[in-house]
Amino acid sequence: MDLIDILTSAAFWAAAIRIASPLIFATMGELICERAGVLNLGIEGIMVAGAFAGWIAVWAGLPLWGGVAVAFAAGMAFGLLHATLSVPFGLSQHVVGIGVTLLATSLTFYTYRVVLPEVSSPPKIEAFQPFEVPILSQIPLIGPAFFAQTPLTYAAFLLVIAVALVLYRTPLGLAVRAAGENPQAVAAQGLSVTAIRMGAVIVGSGFMAVGGAFLTLSAFDSFFFDMVNGRGWICIALVVFGAWKPGKALLGAVLFAAFDALQIRLQQTPIGAVVPYQLFLMMPYILSILALVVMSRRAEVPAALMVTFNKGER
Amino acid sequence: MRLEPIANPGILRRLGPPALAIAGSFLVASLLALIAGGNPFAVFGAILKGAAGSKFALLETLNRATPLIFTGLAVAVAFRARLWNIGAEAQLYAGAVVTVMLGTGALHWPSLPLLVVIGVTAMLAGALLLLIPALLKTRFGVDEVVTTLLFNFIFLLFVSYLLEGPLKDPMGMGWPKSARLIPEARLPRIIDGLRLHWGFVLALVSALVLWVINTRTTLGFEMRAVGQNAEAARFAGIPVTRVILKTALLSGGLAALAGFSEVAGLKGSLTLDLSPGYGYTGIVVAMLALLHPLGVVVAALFVAAIFVGADAMSRALGVPSYLADIMLASALLMMVLAILLSKFRVVRD
Repeated sequence: MDLIDILTSAAFWAAAIRIASPLIFATMGELICERAGVLNLGIEGIMVAGAFAGWIAVWAGLPLWGGVAVAFAAGMAFGLLHATLSVPFGLSQHVVGIGVTLLATSLTFYTYRVVLPEVSSPPKIEAFQPFEVPILSQIPLIGPAFFAQTPLTYAAFLLVIAVALVLYRTPLGLAVRAAGENPQAVAAQGLSVTAIRMGAVIVGSGFMAVGGAFLTLSAFDSFFFDMVNGRGWICIALVVFGAWKPGKALLGAVLFAAFDALQIRLQQTPIGAVVPYQLFLMMPYILSILALVVMSRRAEVPAALMVTFNKGER
Repeated sequence: MRLEPIANPGILRRLGPPALAIAGSFLVASLLALIAGGNPFAVFGAILKGAAGSKFALLETLNRATPLIFTGLAVAVAFRARLWNIGAEAQLYAGAVVTVMLGTGALHWPSLPLLVVIGVTAMLAGALLLLIPALLKTRFGVDEVVTTLLFNFIFLLFVSYLLEGPLKDPMGMGWPKSARLIPEARLPRIIDGLRLHWGFVLALVSALVLWVINTRTTLGFEMRAVGQNAEAARFAGIPVTRVILKTALLSGGLAALAGFSEVAGLKGSLTLDLSPGYGYTGIVVAMLALLHPLGVVVAALFVAAIFVGADAMSRALGVPSYLADIMLASALLMMVLAILLSKFRVVRD
């Protein structure tokens, strides 16, 4: 199969959008945290917890959207933990984040074993099915690629619009951005930097968990221990790549997913026969590092990212 | 609320919160054990028995502590200089790969020089692996947390390629596994008949050496100065970039020794499951040790005992062994909070 053939096929772009969806949720979550000034390295573990929480809730009888809500709530709980330690106590965001990832991951695996002690393969659920948007899905190429996805994918794109609108068009968004740029000014306005930052971390963590839940409720129909597999760390790179802007981050996620979809397909071409498959699997991670290096030159990093704020301190 | 520094914290103020953090992690684990239907006393009894109840159990704990001392030291030296090396896992595998490349017959030397050359080369490999993210940090300002994490995934895929390609054991019945080391390349047991190898002694010596570096050398002083306040260190004429790079070399080298010791001392060959996350657990070890090299030895023994004990407990009582991971993750979070509370007091306003 030719490269041109791959890039012009609807199936390829449909796969790219599908692969991008969990990344979009989690990237938006991380972006919200970082715009408020908090680096959230709990993302990887929160995605694991979200993937499990959403799936187990649906397995226990909740509707699919109920599963999404449970995942969101689980993410918020870990977000509250992260926020409490990193914002009012001002502990190292690096250490707290790694700790939250370790805790969320181990709690998830423990709960899995407690709830399902004797299963060799995890039970399956009835996952989200593709929904063809009337009229739009009939457009050649674009229709089947973009408008025959599952509802959760549409929700991911709507989330980007919502995040952009809130961040740039509302007083709340202004306060969040200011908390990440100039917390002293926020405090001078009589607003609580602590409350804004904690709120951003809690809500952002909720979206990370929904990103995880996309894997179990939409992309697949079951939960596996290593299914998140570094996606959280990739999302951190995507936020940098997107220069902390929702639209650019979305573009980055889709581009990244397209590369991922491409490497899967290239493995089946004559190139894949000579190049070891591990090299293809490495590409997403290498690409993330390259993106970080390239973007670092003109990064517009929030000025107060990772800067703790103590009231009364100048 | 506000945080107020305590001028002269007493002994109770300095040691109380860390002790409470350890107690807290036991409490968390007890609650979760109850949820899983286990009696906490029975659970911790089984963990203690599994970790130290017999000569075999005790040796298993010491063996498990060995790689954790190395990765704990690697993290401790890096974190002290505020170089966030989360890539000890990859550096461990770098050391393991070098051990297999040199130790399976490439060099036919007497044991001692062979082991020295393998150990030094392994350290070099780990050091170089961390040098890349460190350079990306100092040259481009790229956050090393993310790059070292991503390197873990990249390097593990590289090891997977090696084990299915160049390093694959031709006699391995198709399993992705390296050939076995030649006898000269194995770290011998300390005492005949006891399943404990010289890697454990090497780990203790490494901790001692790092303690000397930290307290008695210029580099040790510079690393701490950079960690406390890089700007002030630069102002005081300390070559911050070079100190960070030296720290990276030291940290990566220490983590690589974990891989060397596991392959040459314990396993004798390399597989993809050589490390069940020793690189990440090293972070917990280092934080529990308050980044002190000698404390790392104690913390590694504690963490190893929990892991070894939890495996035995899980077999006996059916409570999932992930209880150990939860306990250590919560201990990590509570310990960072405890360190803060031993220096600051919380004031309501």
